Amino acid sequence: MAAPILDIRNLSKTYASGLTALADVSLQISKGEIFALLGPNGAGKTTLISIVCGIATASSGTASVAGHDIVGGYRAARTLIGLVPQELSTDTWETVLATVNYSRELFGRAPNRAFVEKTLRDLSLWEKRNDRIMTLSGGMKRRVMIAKALAHEPEVLFLDEPTAGVDVELRRDMWALVHEMRSRGVTIILTTHYIDEAEEMADRIGVISRGKLILVEEKLALMRQLGKKQLTVQLTEPLQQLPTGLADWPLELTNDGTQLQFRFDANAERTGIPGLLRRLDELGVGYKDLHTAQSSLEEIFVSLVSERESGRHV
Amino acid sequence: MSSVRFNGRGVWAIYKFEMARFRRTWMQSLVTPVITTSLYFVVFGAAIGSRMSEVGGVPYGAFIVPGLIMLSLLTEGLSSASFGIFFPKFTGTIYELLSAPVSAFEIVLGYVGAAATKSVILGLVILATASLFVPLKIMHPAAMVAFLLLTAVSFSLFGFITGIWAKGFEHLQFVPMLVITPLTFLGGAFYSIDMLPPAWRTITLFNPVVYLISGFRWSFYGSSDVSVGWSLAATLGFFALCLVLIVWIFKTGYRLKN
Repeated sequence: MAAPILDIRNLSKTYASGLTALADVSLQISKGEIFALLGPNGAGKTTLISIVCGIATASSGTASVAGHDIVGGYRAARTLIGLVPQELSTDTWETVLATVNYSRELFGRAPNRAFVEKTLRDLSLWEKRNDRIMTLSGGMKRRVMIAKALAHEPEVLFLDEPTAGVDVELRRDMWALVHEMRSRGVTIILTTHYIDEAEEMADRIGVISRGKLILVEEKLALMRQLGKKQLTVQLTEPLQQLPTGLADWPLELTNDGTQLQFRFDANAERTGIPGLLRRLDELGVGYKDLHTAQSSLEEIFVSLVSERESGRHV
Repeated sequence: MSSVRFNGRGVWAIYKFEMARFRRTWMQSLVTPVITTSLYFVVFGAAIGSRMSEVGGVPYGAFIVPGLIMLSLLTEGLSSASFGIFFPKFTGTIYELLSAPVSAFEIVLGYVGAAATKSVILGLVILATASLFVPLKIMHPAAMVAFLLLTAVSFSLFGFITGIWAKGFEHLQFVPMLVITPLTFLGGAFYSIDMLPPAWRTITLFNPVVYLISGFRWSFYGSSDVSVGWSLAATLGFFALCLVLIVWIFKTGYRLKN
C-alpha cells in the first residue's frame, strides 16, 4: 500500500479538567479515500479533527499529512488541509467573494479568479458573491464555509457534520461535490450522525466512542455483515435436537425447540433457503410460519457502542 | 511540496481584512476622534487656554497637542488590535486562522500592523486638525515619527494581548477605560509634571505614559518633563514586554487553543 496521506499515531487528548477526549487513536487514511467517522455526541470526533487541523493541541501522539508532521511541518501540512467545521461561524460583514478570496490568500495561494468563480458556481453562490454574509440564510452560510475550505485547493478535506441541519437541496449538492472532489483525487474525512450518509458515501467507516476508535472497517465488509439476514422458522412441534439430516445448514434451535434460526447471506447467489425448506418437508418437520430479519448498520453500530460502554462499567 | 518559510500572502490577507473593517467603520474610527479632539481644542485651547500662561514657552493650546495625539494613538491601537483578535474568538471564525499555514509571528504582524497603521493615520489626522486651531512646530520630525510609530506598534501589541486575554466585551472595555484613560490623563497630557506637588511628581514617574508623552512632546517643542533617553528607554521597554507576552501566549496557546 502507498504511504497514507493522513497518518495518525497514538493520538491522545486529555483536557485540563481531566476529561479524556481521545485515547490512543491510530488511523491511516489513503489518498483519494472517503472516510466516515461515526460516533455519538462527545465521542471525540471533533477533537480528532481539531488536533489534525491545528485548532487544538494533542496531549501525546503524532499526526502527519502527506508525510508532513502537523507540528514540525505545520505549514506544509495545513496547506494541504481544508476544514469545514460543525459550527456555523462566518465574517458577517464581509461579502461572499471577499471572504473566499481571504481564505485563499490566508493559506498562501496566489489569487485565482477562475478557480474561485468555479468554486462559487459549484456551490450556487456566484449570484450572491457581492452580498454580505449576514444577509444569507443558514444554508447559504454553510455553503460559504465550504467555499472557504475549498478556496486554497486542499488535498485533504475535513467535513465535520456537514449535513447536520441543512436542507435537502444542500445535502444533495454536498454529496455531488464530494463525488467531484474525489474524482479529483481529494481525500475526504467526514463525521456524521447519519449512518445512511456514511453508507452512501464512504469507502471505509470508523466508529469512535468515548475517545476510542473501536472499529475501522471497509464499508463493503460492513455491508456484507449487513447483508446477513436471519430466517426464523416457527415449528408446529418442538424438536429435542437438530435432525442429522439438517447438518448442511448452520442452524440453531431456540425457544424450547419451537424455532429454527438460520443466518444466510441475502446478497449471495444461493441463499440455501429453498433447499432447507425442501429438506424439512422430506424429514417431515412441520412449520407454521416463516420470518426474516436484517440488522442495520445502525444496529451494528449501537450494539458496538453499547458493548464497549457496558464493558467499561464492569 | 516545498515548505514556504514566510507566508507573506497570509499576512497581507489579514492586514487587508483588518483595514477593510477600518474603512467600513470610518465614521466611528476617524470622525469621532476628530470631533472629540476638536472639542478639546475649543475648550482647552481657546476657552481656557487663552486665560492660561504658557507652559515652558509653549502656548497652552499647542502644549496639549502631543498629549492628545498620544491619547488617541494609544486608544486606537489598543481598541483596534484587541477587537480585531477578540471578534474572531467571539464569533468562532478564529478556527480558520488557527488552521491556516500562518505562524504566530505572521498573525501578529497582520493584526498589529493593521492596528498600528490605523493609529498612525488617526494620529496624523489629529495633528492636521490641531494645526487648524493652534500654531504648531515640530523641532525633531524624525524623532516625532519614530515615537509615533513605536508607540502605535507597542500599544497595538498590547491591544492584541488584551484581545486574547478578554473573555467578553466588558473585558475589552476594561483596559482602555480603567487603565489607559486614567494613565493618560495623569500622564502629563494637559500639564507639565513640574506643576505637580513633589510627592505626586514622584508617583507620576511610575506611570509609563508620562515617558511616552514627554518624549513625544520633546520632538515637537524641544522641552520635556523627563529626559528623551528615558522616554525612549521606557517606550522600548514596554514594546519588549509586550513582545515577551505575545511569545508566551503563542507558546502556551493561552486562551487560543484548548
